[in-house]
Amino acid sequence: MSEARSIPAWRSRMHPSWIAFLIHRLSGLALALFIPVHFWALGRIVESEAALDAVLAWSAHPLVKLAETGLVIALALHLAGGIRLLGVEFALWRGRPGAAFAGMIGFALAAGLLFLLNAVSG
Amino acid sequence: MAEAMLDVRVWRGAGDGAFRTYAVPRRANQTVLDVVSWIQRHLDPTLSYRFACRVGMCGSCAMSVNGVPRWTCRTHIAKVAAEGALTVAPLRNLPVIKDLAVDMAPFFAKWARARGQFDPRSGLGSEFARVPPASPERAAADAGIECIGCAVCYSACDVVAWMPEYLGPAALNRAWTLINDTRDGGRKPRLAAVAGDAGCHACHGQEGCRKHCPKSLDPSGAIAGLKRMSALAALKGEI
Amino acid sequence: MNNPRGETLLWLAQRASAAVLAICVVVHLGTMIHAVRGGLTAAEILGRVRGQAGWEMFYWVFVVAVAIHAPLGLRTIARELSGWRGPTLEAATALAAFLLALFGSRAVTGLVG
Ligand code: SF4
Ligand code: SF4
Ligand code: FES
Repeated sequence: MSEARSIPAWRSRMHPSWIAFLIHRLSGLALALFIPVHFWALGRIVESEAALDAVLAWSAHPLVKLAETGLVIALALHLAGGIRLLGVEFALWRGRPGAAFAGMIGFALAAGLLFLLNAVSG
Repeated sequence: MAEAMLDVRVWRGAGDGAFRTYAVPRRANQTVLDVVSWIQRHLDPTLSYRFACRVGMCGSCAMSVNGVPRWTCRTHIAKVAAEGALTVAPLRNLPVIKDLAVDMAPFFAKWARARGQFDPRSGLGSEFARVPPASPERAAADAGIECIGCAVCYSACDVVAWMPEYLGPAALNRAWTLINDTRDGGRKPRLAAVAGDAGCHACHGQEGCRKHCPKSLDPSGAIAGLKRMSALAALKGEI
Repeated sequence: MNNPRGETLLWLAQRASAAVLAICVVVHLGTMIHAVRGGLTAAEILGRVRGQAGWEMFYWVFVVAVAIHAPLGLRTIARELSGWRGPTLEAATALAAFLLALFGSRAVTGLVG
């Protein structure tokens, strides 16, 4: 006996907590890939200030700024998703899942927008 | 006027089966279970499925309806097939015996593994034990006691799909209910049985269980309670 | 499986580091949003943190929490989606934690001087 193939399950996942889980996992993965690079770039300052400035100069490129904004959003999403999970696990909050989800997205977009605005302002 | 019809795709065969389509007349107040029964009585008597009570008490009629696990006896067609299309399949995460009937043995084996049986503590006496209705323990036990064992939550949970040894929401909900039962004496072995990543700590709070449980129970909340209590026990060296 | 106590303690370590990180990340987000204004230079970053015991402390805590939290998260994903278990997975997790701590401490010592 085996489980049935080709039974679609995606519709059962379309609810706030599952989507929050997915976003939390994807943002976490993105951060886990980025953080070693981030540490390495900062670590270059051990060699010289100029070495770090070389990395920072590269980051003035608009595309890099956009990517950085993406990372800020990923960080904020992972933070908010983590607070949601801690809220569930430690029984700090047991309200509507949709409210937690909306708060998570709103917070991350606000952080990303603030960062981007500050990054492009002279 | 021609009778309104419903196109119903139904899973036929075992795990390697396929969908077959049937035309079923639309009726007022029709449930998904009514549709499946109509097919079996009028089109194909070999169709296998389960039901007993038809009123949402026994937990035997759960199926995947348009990709969502549901109790079919209390699911109205008007709610799930507004556009006249319906797909009925066996529950996910359980082996298919035939057509819409899944093997529930692995599901209930996990209840046993989670020590889901009442374990009376010593010194209860011969009188009825009084559990004050207003006590917090009673409220916590009451929150999960109405489970009908339908496996809807088990079928909705992706962690069950990814980690086949994971006990799943229903068995853990049962364990939490017993832990809050003041007449029960099996707390420590039960915490040891449900802790770790084959148990409550594997759950990510996706809350498919809470979303889809037809009895509106909250297994994810019960699992959170188990996580806290067993973490405390692990710190104290009790498990 | 079969090690409920160990898995429970790892879960606890991940959640405890998460709680610490929650505070660190709020501070980090605020700092970034503030500091990025007008472009970043090494001199500016160093001017802020160098010789500041508070910031030094903060970044050390941040790095240690990351080195605990991220490898445990990756370990969970590996166990769930690939079925990778056993000593090789534990070794890989420990190695990831070690490397993160190493890179992180290099970054912090560079910054705070
Ligand atoms: S909350 Fe936990 S048990 Fe419930 S569906 Fe999600 S992962 Fe499964
Ligand atoms: S918890 Fe709800 S969905 Fe799960 S078996 Fe019990 S009644 Fe069914
Ligand atoms: S037939 Fe008993 S719950 Fe549906």
